[in-house]
Amino acid sequence: MRGKNDILADIRRNKPGFAAPAPHVPYYDDDYPRDTDGLVERFVTTLEKMGGVWCAPTADETLEDTMRRVFAQREIEATALVSNVPEITGNRRLRAGDAARPLHDVDVAVLRARFGVAETGSVCFTERELIVNAIGYLAQHLIVLLDPRTIVTNLHRAYQRDDYQNARYTVFHTGPSATADIEGVLVRGAQGVRSLTIIPAHGSA
Amino acid sequence: MSAPDPIKSRNSPKAAREAAPRPDKAGPGERQNHRKAARQFLDSPEHAKSHDTRVWAMRQRRDTAAETIDEWEALRDLASQIKTHALTHLDDYLEQFADNAAANGVHVHWAGDAADHNRIVHEIFKDHGVKKVIKSKSMLMEECGFRHYMEGVGIDIVETDLGERIQQLDAEDPSHVVVPSVHKMRSDVAEVFSKTIGSDPDNDDAYYLTEQQRQHTRPLILDADAGMTGANFAVAETGGFVVCTNEGNADLSANVPDLHVASIGIEKIVPKRSDMGVFIRLLSRSALGSPITQYTSHFRSPKPGGEMHIVLVDNGRSKRLGQERFWSSLKCIRCGACMNTCPVFRRSGGLSYGATYTGPLGLILDPSIDAYRYSNLPFASTLNGSCTNVCPVKINIHEQIFEWRKVLAEDDQIPWTKRKTLAAAGEVLANPKSYRTAVKSAHSALKYLPGWAIYNKLNAWGQVRDFPDVPAEGTFHDWYKKNRMPADAATQGDH
Amino acid sequence: MTIGLFVPCFIDAFYPKVGIATLELLERLGCDVAYPFDQTCCGQPMVNAGCHPESAATQQLFVDNFAKYDVIVAPSGSCIHQIRDNLTAIEQTPEVVHVREQSYELVEYLHDVLGVREFPWARFPHRVGYHDSCNTLRNLGHGQPSELAGGYFSKPRTLLETVAGIELVSPARPDECCGFGGTFSVTEPEVSGRMGYDKITDHGAAGAEYIVSADTSCLMHQQGCAKRIGAPVQFKHIAEILNGDAA
Repeated sequence: MRGKNDILADIRRNKPGFAAPAPHVPYYDDDYPRDTDGLVERFVTTLEKMGGVWCAPTADETLEDTMRRVFAQREIEATALVSNVPEITGNRRLRAGDAARPLHDVDVAVLRARFGVAETGSVCFTERELIVNAIGYLAQHLIVLLDPRTIVTNLHRAYQRDDYQNARYTVFHTGPSATADIEGVLVRGAQGVRSLTIIPAHGSA
Repeated sequence: MSAPDPIKSRNSPKAAREAAPRPDKAGPGERQNHRKAARQFLDSPEHAKSHDTRVWAMRQRRDTAAETIDEWEALRDLASQIKTHALTHLDDYLEQFADNAAANGVHVHWAGDAADHNRIVHEIFKDHGVKKVIKSKSMLMEECGFRHYMEGVGIDIVETDLGERIQQLDAEDPSHVVVPSVHKMRSDVAEVFSKTIGSDPDNDDAYYLTEQQRQHTRPLILDADAGMTGANFAVAETGGFVVCTNEGNADLSANVPDLHVASIGIEKIVPKRSDMGVFIRLLSRSALGSPITQYTSHFRSPKPGGEMHIVLVDNGRSKRLGQERFWSSLKCIRCGACMNTCPVFRRSGGLSYGATYTGPLGLILDPSIDAYRYSNLPFASTLNGSCTNVCPVKINIHEQIFEWRKVLAEDDQIPWTKRKTLAAAGEVLANPKSYRTAVKSAHSALKYLPGWAIYNKLNAWGQVRDFPDVPAEGTFHDWYKKNRMPADAATQGDH
Repeated sequence: MTIGLFVPCFIDAFYPKVGIATLELLERLGCDVAYPFDQTCCGQPMVNAGCHPESAATQQLFVDNFAKYDVIVAPSGSCIHQIRDNLTAIEQTPEVVHVREQSYELVEYLHDVLGVREFPWARFPHRVGYHDSCNTLRNLGHGQPSELAGGYFSKPRTLLETVAGIELVSPARPDECCGFGGTFSVTEPEVSGRMGYDKITDHGAAGAEYIVSADTSCLMHQQGCAKRIGAPVQFKHIAEILNGDAA
């Protein structure tokens, strides 16, 4: 059995006889809007292409109202509702270190995103927002609160963010779970959540 | 709880279903016959047409995605340069990665080859009393024959990627690195699922079938003792690794059970987190034309109360690093774009390659794994070069295919008759007199031989297409001599 | 300055009109063209199959025939690719280097070297689907392949567009390989044939009456495929169109 030292020795012996430098990577975001509204527009366009839903609260709605409107529109029965955000009251509470398996019957989970990415329509979570990582996948539907002011231009900028640098687990969600493995037919909810709805709401993760 | 309502109208009548093609795969110690397997695939015209159409659609979506990014070609350059940098410093970055991962509380193992990998993972499972495992798609684990090994020691492995699961339930290899069951039609999937997970054999609606699989797999996910993933990238700077899926199945596999084992090829290393911007922007656009996979997951440390293991696998990679003409194939990020653009892959189907890696990528990787078994594959190409142009890390794929032909010929890995034929051709073409005689015979044969003598099984050209007509004016040579040459100027070629 | 005209073996044997058109066209444009009489082949069939040593004598004969000319021009992209990039089975003498560096495919020579943009004698009142052979497109740089983002150009189309009466039509898969592939055509005939049938069908759907290319080998394969499936499309080498040969 060849172990660490054998493998490293083989690499040292075999690697190409030149040391190529690391290139400089530009941000490539000069063409992006500088204002939040412009970034939101880019974000929403891509999000919708990726199967996500953007649902802004109307003037007289509370976040709770907006969420109920989403449930009504999408015929979601939120019998078991996990909320990880103070703005929404759920009927199941998560604590760090909880087992994942008991979450199998959760209908809806409400999470706050750390930030969004306009280029891809992605939202970012770490274990701090998820509390139990598996909730992001075992729930049937996700409701995500996103502060529009946290939307960055593109992935180059997203990877510069330092707010998840020390996270154990960081994930970009872009729309819901999807597959096209059967004859190329696009189906949402292959294994993870069936829908992902983003409600813009000021606040921080 | 709400489930999408299957659209029953998409259902096709059972009578219209064409049986799934089953191309031959070489047995142990045999040489894969790509031509024969490709013919077997083409013998199912509906499957062949559907496959070509669907895989080409992925290429088209890739083109559309690339056109929306002004810096697309610059990104390909950067990705290639980052990989060159990483591979020429691979020893340093691997150590950095392993040290950081260990500091993050991850158990790091090193596997020299496939057998080491399987044994190491088995040991981890034994230590934890693991009997049931869920896993996401990993080409490395396919390469290691991991599932078969685990079946042999009584550990259940459940694939959670839909395409890979279909292939597992059908006991067939994946045919494509990104869409493992792309060669199957929905009627095939309906048949597989009806026999294995009890779905309605008469319902081949994709929504219905996907939902059936979801309902069937979810309890297996909840019940698993361990989860396995591969990795698309391993970041030296953080000691973390990145997994990209569309179904969220890697996140389920990693986050539901308490034990997570990730198998990572040593070439997956990238130096810095900021490098990920380049690769994530390229990966899914190249693969499927979407700006990003639905899930891009970064694993750095085990969850509280959980345990995480990384197995770093060499399995021939350090050796390939020393092959001057082929080392850059280690840059590959397994996007499948070369398969999608390859006209031969689209016509012949992935199973015709009889290997873990199929399509253009397979042509340059498989012979380095087993030169005899896969000696046919570098010839399953027209050397059209489209693969090289779509490759997000700019591997000169078609040039490596060309080089592999040379290597295989030098190593006597091509059939003796073929070699003899080409040597004879070389002798004729090196001698103007013999060449002129050969052209005359060919003309006579085509002019005077009856059709059955020209169009028969021994004549590969004539099996699928007609020969050109013999020109009335004779050869160009004859024309030139007659029209342009002084009577006494002809030399030895003119006989 | 004298051009050595290379008429590759299958053009010599089966498509002499392509050689004649090339010769006449270059002469119309004022070039001094010689045809070395003992030429045979560039050595590609053997090299394409990985058998480089078997190609060495043919490569040497090629160099012996052509080293004395200032430039070498051939109406065949795949042969020029072989000469320029793969004539490596023999010692790289100054003669070999000269031959490799000074070999041009006809369209390149017309477009880049002579800079011709007018063919006033040419008229071709037909719908034409241009076939970018993979060697001309991706190895010789005739144009921007559809896989590469931005910067579209096409040297052969630039030339063809100047021909009176011509209408260029494009298949849905603009530069998909036709399946010839050298020895591939006989080692994998089923896939090769399928690719050929698909290519012709795609051109037919675009309304092409003629398929035109700078690579006769692709045309020979496609013509054979078209006959086999009874497709009515006809075939011409680009030299014949630019030389004003009547359809």
